[in-house]
Amino acid sequence: MTEPQAAAERRAGAGEEGAGAPESLVLQRLRAQVGDALAEVKQWRNETTVILAPRDLVRVCRFLREEPDLAFDLLSDVTAVDRLLLPQSSPRFEVVYHVYSLQFRRRLRLKVRVGEGEAVPTVTAIWPTANWHEREVYDLFGVPFEGHPDLRRILMPEDWEGHPLRKDYPVEASPKWWEEEPA
Amino acid sequence: MSARQTMTLNMGPQHPSTHGVLRLVLELDGEVVVTCVPHIGYLHTGIEKGVESKRFQQGIPLTDRMDYLAPLSNNLAYVLAVEKALGITVPERAQVIRVLLTEITRIKSHLVWLGTHAMDIGAMSVFLYCFREREQIMDLYEAVSGQRMMSSYFRVGGLAADLPAGFEQQVQAFLKAFPDRLAEYEALLTKNPLWLQRTVGIGTISREDAIALGLTGPSLRACGVAHDLRKAHPYSGYETYSFELPLGKTGDVYDRYMVRVAEMAQSHRIATQALARLTPGPINVADPKLVPPPKPLLKKSMEALIHHFKLYAEGFSVPAGEVYHAIEAPKGELGVYLVTDGSNKPYRVHFRAPSFVNLEALPKMVEGRLVADVVAAIGSLDIVLGEIDR
Repeated sequence: MTEPQAAAERRAGAGEEGAGAPESLVLQRLRAQVGDALAEVKQWRNETTVILAPRDLVRVCRFLREEPDLAFDLLSDVTAVDRLLLPQSSPRFEVVYHVYSLQFRRRLRLKVRVGEGEAVPTVTAIWPTANWHEREVYDLFGVPFEGHPDLRRILMPEDWEGHPLRKDYPVEASPKWWEEEPA
Repeated sequence: MSARQTMTLNMGPQHPSTHGVLRLVLELDGEVVVTCVPHIGYLHTGIEKGVESKRFQQGIPLTDRMDYLAPLSNNLAYVLAVEKALGITVPERAQVIRVLLTEITRIKSHLVWLGTHAMDIGAMSVFLYCFREREQIMDLYEAVSGQRMMSSYFRVGGLAADLPAGFEQQVQAFLKAFPDRLAEYEALLTKNPLWLQRTVGIGTISREDAIALGLTGPSLRACGVAHDLRKAHPYSGYETYSFELPLGKTGDVYDRYMVRVAEMAQSHRIATQALARLTPGPINVADPKLVPPPKPLLKKSMEALIHHFKLYAEGFSVPAGEVYHAIEAPKGELGVYLVTDGSNKPYRVHFRAPSFVNLEALPKMVEGRLVADVVAAIGSLDIVLGEIDR
């Protein structure tokens, strides 16, 4: 066995974040209480991903946040992936949530998939920190969030056209923004 | 008399106490802040888009430019995420060097925070003291990587090069002198009545609000929440070092000050342990598909030549999948979400920048307080706009 392979095996068995027993408890609880909402569950590199339909998102998030033995009280991150160039490209966008439980030290990834122009329900009522994260996803991917209190662009100028992190947006664009007016 | 009128004041983006190009629109009633709306994006450089357009190793220099006060922490988060996706662990010596240098980086980042934060609230001289020590850390950076700031020293699979001769003595000298220096900063501030007036009970945030707004790092620990990713999910061997988590009680500007000052002492403690553990050994994983062969071998070995050519012509590919790896950066949870598609470039990279999230808590800290306290609150959050805007 080469050293990288051995290292990979050590790592797989290392039982670090998201590994083994504690994570499966989360899945058990999810299956028991909101089993109908779990469209797909994936495990890779000791991390668990749960894929949901957009209409179930708020219900599942509230459950994760409020159940005393789950207590996912910290929303670490919200971002998105444009799947345009992936083998499976429809629906086009995947909005990704990383939630964390400070008490139980567990991390879980949630995903919802939406097509162009379809809205995702906001989770700002559950985790207020989602406000800026969702604005960023809206700004850079053009995914709208339904019920968001203040959905404006956040990083790009307000009158910018297009959404830079989409895969059909060129890396080296010469935006109209900078074109000089003819003398 | 007419109803009370408010005034709208634009603060920044060109304002020295906003720590870069932060713009705040403040609505004031006399000297009291009614609403505070941060506007960001003035330093948006599309780092995520840039990293997605480059091969895995080529993305590292871009990460330096996010939190430019702690470039090695950014490097570490990124390379650990790629290494997690590859399923590899770097050798012991590389891990020890990574811990040693990221803890020194934490001291460096906290020194800039302390100097500028104190200067914002009128304590001019602290800045000069802090930058004296920071300069020594810059010299350490230059010694290992040839660069004072944008070092890109950590690489996927290990390190760019081994430590230079005499480096251990240089670190030793710095670590030996540092506790006295730290005592000097504390002598200037900790019990200074003016400092106490400007910081105690200012910019307070409750434990519940802090968690709801996603605060992490020293700003969260100042509210009394014992959360540190080095303890909760140790990486690079942090579980084998002994250190404590300094905690605050009230979550005001003074507690955030005390937590960071105490953290510098803890980082010094970790760095001292790491330095004592440095033993000779490999600094890169033994995988020729990931790490280029030593130069002299190219003239003797056909295989080494092929590996070298392949690595520099097309890089290495990473199995398709997705990982999230977070580290405890000086400012909080720095997370990297990496989506790979089996090619030699990341399909999607997202940086969960701690400053971006921490800044969101600013309105909660300053609304209903005096406008002069806004400056103290910004300083106490320790934000870097390079990381917020990415």
